[in-house]
Amino acid sequence: MTMTQPAIDDPNAASLGARDVVKARRKASRQRFAASFRQNRSGMLGLTMLLTFIAVAIAAFFIPASSLDVTQVTADPFLPPSLQWPLGTDDSGRSVLLLVAKGAQISLLVGFAATMLSMFIGTSVGIVSGHYRGMTGGVLDRFTDWFLVIPYLPLAIVLATVLGRSLLNIIIVIGVTSWPGTARLIRAQTMSVTARPYLERSKALGAGNLHQMWKHVLPNVMPLVLANTTLAVSISILSETTLSFLGLGDPTAISWGSILEQGFSAGAISQGAWWYLAAPGICVVLTVLAFNLIGRAFEDILDPRQETA
Amino acid sequence: MALLTETPARTPSSAAGGWSNPSVRYAIKRTGAALSTFIFVLIFNFFLFRILPGDPVALYTRGRNVDPESIRALEAKLHRPIGQQFLEYVKNPFTGNGPSVKYNASVWEVIAPALWPTLLLVGTATLIATIVGVWLGIRSGWSRGERFDVVSTNTTLVLYSMPEFWFGMIMLIVFAVGIGPIPGMFPTGGLSDPGVNTSTPAGWLNVAWHLFLPVTTLAVIYLAEYSLIMRASIIEERGQDYVQTARAKGLMDKMVRREHAVPNALLPTMTLVFLNLGFVVGGAITIEYVYSIHGLGSLTVDALQGPDVPLLQALFLLFSGAVIFANLVADLLYGYFDPRVRT
Repeated sequence: MTMTQPAIDDPNAASLGARDVVKARRKASRQRFAASFRQNRSGMLGLTMLLTFIAVAIAAFFIPASSLDVTQVTADPFLPPSLQWPLGTDDSGRSVLLLVAKGAQISLLVGFAATMLSMFIGTSVGIVSGHYRGMTGGVLDRFTDWFLVIPYLPLAIVLATVLGRSLLNIIIVIGVTSWPGTARLIRAQTMSVTARPYLERSKALGAGNLHQMWKHVLPNVMPLVLANTTLAVSISILSETTLSFLGLGDPTAISWGSILEQGFSAGAISQGAWWYLAAPGICVVLTVLAFNLIGRAFEDILDPRQETA
Repeated sequence: MALLTETPARTPSSAAGGWSNPSVRYAIKRTGAALSTFIFVLIFNFFLFRILPGDPVALYTRGRNVDPESIRALEAKLHRPIGQQFLEYVKNPFTGNGPSVKYNASVWEVIAPALWPTLLLVGTATLIATIVGVWLGIRSGWSRGERFDVVSTNTTLVLYSMPEFWFGMIMLIVFAVGIGPIPGMFPTGGLSDPGVNTSTPAGWLNVAWHLFLPVTTLAVIYLAEYSLIMRASIIEERGQDYVQTARAKGLMDKMVRREHAVPNALLPTMTLVFLNLGFVVGGAITIEYVYSIHGLGSLTVDALQGPDVPLLQALFLLFSGAVIFANLVADLLYGYFDPRVRT
């Protein structure tokens, strides 16, 4: 760790506490990470794609509500793409371009929120089950195993049916069904961290379980959590699309999945209205791909042994 | 068993295949784990529909007009002591929650005819995806970094990012309805034309014609994952010492690949085929819905709209049971082929 030297060689080093040293060290490691990420071409491509979609989602706040209101639009239904309607119109004459832009908001929101929930559950379960080796760890590990095996979509369908259809519920459903993979990964990492000497030192100094997990294990597994998060967002967005397509999403919200559902049930296929179905799907593919590219770049940087490219 | 001769501390009982035999112990452990998962699913499936605040009767009748007579019957059934209900359910987990509300028939009678189309669809798609995916993975992994590899890896990454039902709809619109110069060639849905006898060779052809698009859709989506795993696996084997030895012996590149690297690299991919069944099930649900194939997937979509709770519970149990069983098979096969995991 040569990057941390300046902080320690500093003339004022005497006034620096352990906290500042750690801070400087973490800052240097963040900078190193950012530098390697900038070198990664596909990672940067993914980031650019993602930022574009976020910009679209923000711009969508300025779409007047009247242009998405079925009762107020004047265009003909199922118009193919033209200069006036760049992505054509839907079954009630709304612009598909505006629909897709509006859909970016909910799709990204659900994707991020569900991932946060899933990461929170997965990381907590993983750290606790890796830290406590006895009964607690065993039970949590078993619990993770069970959820890992249960097929994801049937479980999500059953949960969504019981909870009812709303934005918050779809976030809960995706979060609750997608955490076990993360828990497994974090548990393995926690166990390897716990075996390291610095944890033994901290234990010898009288650190409690909470302190060990919060101050030592968590910062150490955080990079892994981050890499996993980007991959998890792509899964959450795909899940949201699938569940909304099956009619399990919030019936009042416009997301890419709900546009596809609307198009499918309005007969866009038999009408040959490819633009209606192609546009939201391509958005899903590009967003998911963006997260996958970023996630793979993270993995490459964090674990140089594992070669994905 | 090769393992027995390799075990350094060979006790009489291990040779006799008793409890201390690692293979037996491994098999028992894995079976026990599978059983515990199934019991968990069984309990979960029962209580999920009852622990939520509010009256379970409301959940069972949501979205439908139910005459007061049936509501009273449901109340009588669902307001009994929970222990009594649970006992009845455990005795007969599939039908213990009552008959299907929507079809007004026993859950089994509704599910049984839907089994075959799903097995046909999923089985064919998995078979094709495995063969093509493994071939792609071997080819691109062996010539890593070359043009074939770059193109194939990037394509699979894009395929991997696609919702399968969306791909299915695009296939339908292009090849069944037709856009621009492309005429609609394939049927838009179903498993066969009405009135076709599916037990004659002509009927089989008709079914194959109908299955072409859905099977292609599913196979294309699944093979992305298989080829990525196979590729990673072959890249790992390629760096092993025994491959070096085989090369040093002067074997042709093709022989090294076919006789040495591939058999070893196949193992993780083959178990993945089983482990992946949960993912496969998800694909079948949406694809059957899009292609209006009357299998378990369409039935699930049918059951969730309404909802038809007893049918949904039975389907959830069936899907989970199948996936748990497939996982057990994968574990046991892996243990059989790779003695290292048995410890």
